[in-house]
Amino acid sequence: MARKLFNEPSPLEVKVISKRFGIDNSESLDTYLGTDGMKAFWKAREMSPEQIVDEVKASGLRGRGGAGFPSGLKWSFVPRTNPKPKYIVVNADESEPGTCKDRLLMEYDPHQLIEGMLIAGMAVDSHKGYIYIRGEYRYLIDHMDRAIAEAYAKGWLGKNIQGSGFDFDIYTHSGAGAYECGEETALLDSLEGKRGIPRLKPPFPAVAGAWACPTLLSNVETFSAVPAIIRDGGPAYAALGTPKNGGTRMVCVSGHVNKPGVYELPLGFNLLRVVNEVAGGIPNGKKLKAVIPGGSSCPVLKADECDIPGDYDSLAKAKSMLGSGGMVVMDEDTCMVRALVRIIRFYAHESCGWCIPCREGTTWLRKILMRFHDGRGVRSDIDLIGDLGKGMLGRTFCALGDAAAMPTISFVEKFRDEFEAHLDGSCPHGKAHELVLSSH
Amino acid sequence: MTFSPELEARFSKMLESYPPGRQRSAVVPMLIYAQDEVGSITSELVAEVAKRCGVTPLQVEEVVGYYSMLHRKPMGKYHVQVCTNISCLLVGGEELYEHTCKKLGLGNKEVTADGQFSIEEVECMGACSWAPAIQINYDFHHHVTPEKLDQLLDALKKKAN
Repeated sequence: MARKLFNEPSPLEVKVISKRFGIDNSESLDTYLGTDGMKAFWKAREMSPEQIVDEVKASGLRGRGGAGFPSGLKWSFVPRTNPKPKYIVVNADESEPGTCKDRLLMEYDPHQLIEGMLIAGMAVDSHKGYIYIRGEYRYLIDHMDRAIAEAYAKGWLGKNIQGSGFDFDIYTHSGAGAYECGEETALLDSLEGKRGIPRLKPPFPAVAGAWACPTLLSNVETFSAVPAIIRDGGPAYAALGTPKNGGTRMVCVSGHVNKPGVYELPLGFNLLRVVNEVAGGIPNGKKLKAVIPGGSSCPVLKADECDIPGDYDSLAKAKSMLGSGGMVVMDEDTCMVRALVRIIRFYAHESCGWCIPCREGTTWLRKILMRFHDGRGVRSDIDLIGDLGKGMLGRTFCALGDAAAMPTISFVEKFRDEFEAHLDGSCPHGKAHELVLSSH
Repeated sequence: MTFSPELEARFSKMLESYPPGRQRSAVVPMLIYAQDEVGSITSELVAEVAKRCGVTPLQVEEVVGYYSMLHRKPMGKYHVQVCTNISCLLVGGEELYEHTCKKLGLGNKEVTADGQFSIEEVECMGACSWAPAIQINYDFHHHVTPEKLDQLLDALKKKAN
């Protein structure tokens, strides 16, 4: 039976890591083996660890969780000759608002992730991997557990995999509700049974990660891209994207579009075309106002700034980020103050409280913004909100503070007129009723 | 304290999945799985998890205080979690949350007198492209309208009676 697709695919997609989505029993090992699955495993067995790492470097693959760090370089940082055990940790704590792709990669193609972990294990001499899955995704924890059990039963996990002489074990690990645990070092503390508080870096996880051992930690999508890279070669994968921005990525389109959904698109695919062609344009003939290109922590782009290639470097040039691939589309009727209030309520709720600029900064931003949107703001608040964001930027222990500061600064700079329009005590977009929501 | 045979089996396997001497790692998953069976994080459960993972009850307490899915008081049999984060907000998530509150006569994290339903306004649950989304316990529901929510809740109410 084919699993029901979450959304119709687009003819503009380039399906590399999502190619098994929607085919019969795509989650079974037999289907995987019958559709090029585990070919990369055997190819990697013939390669030296250095050759595997070089292939990943040649692919131009960059971390798909948000930071966009070059994956091959990260792999080369793991000291493979270190006598300590080394671990592969998959970040499946997907929680950046706007992002819902890792869910699909695990649901439709769990063995692709397993194969990616096996190859990573060979490259860094690791024999044990953990998939840290957010607690809300319980059905996926069960789903991955079934896939892992099937792989063990058929000799694709455990000792001497398929007679290859390579041993590898995989376990799932449940989170319990905390955005901060998507930050790699907070995730490791959570994996070790503690509060998810970020660690001082360096040392980076590659050197001292899980249980103080060298750890290769990456997002689900990043590991899921590895089998295709090894199977077809790094340069072939790189050629799908733009220079230094190899391959494809899962773009999660949400908000005001006719066809919201998750689409696999080559790096460099024009953002405006994603909105208008892939996602079917804005409903009811309305105009585009703004796009958050890669999850709620990214600086917002105005409609006239969206005609750019969707890759890491082009987004950086536009002073935003490709982030986690969560593209949030807002039409002309969207109240940008209300949108920012909601984004900041999130970061204030999720701040772990460890460092003061983040804990206090997000709390005060939330208080001021909620008051402002309720019509009780004064003109000087507008600068205060922007300045508070600037005061946090780069001054917090981990990136969560920046994640709150970046949308704040960009919303105030680019939509100052909308903030000013709230000064007469009402929201010009008609949604004037007071936010009765909890400050949870 | 003992759990169902299924959960006991899960816990023995879980404790073996971490490196020797690192059983503390099981604290978070053990708490959330146990909560599903016990109903909430009780002092007895904290002590039990501490014992099994080789840590002090205080080390478990500090974890309980951190994670939003761990509850010290029981939530309803059907815990209705409505996302109002940005992607859901843009397509009616806040209105859906308000509708749910009115429908059940509850505020955030409150439970009906009969213990059947509770509500929580939650943060992004990873259903952004199929918004607005809710979770009832661990089950996702996508593209939820107030009408669809009414149907879901009415069906659960019937089941409860």
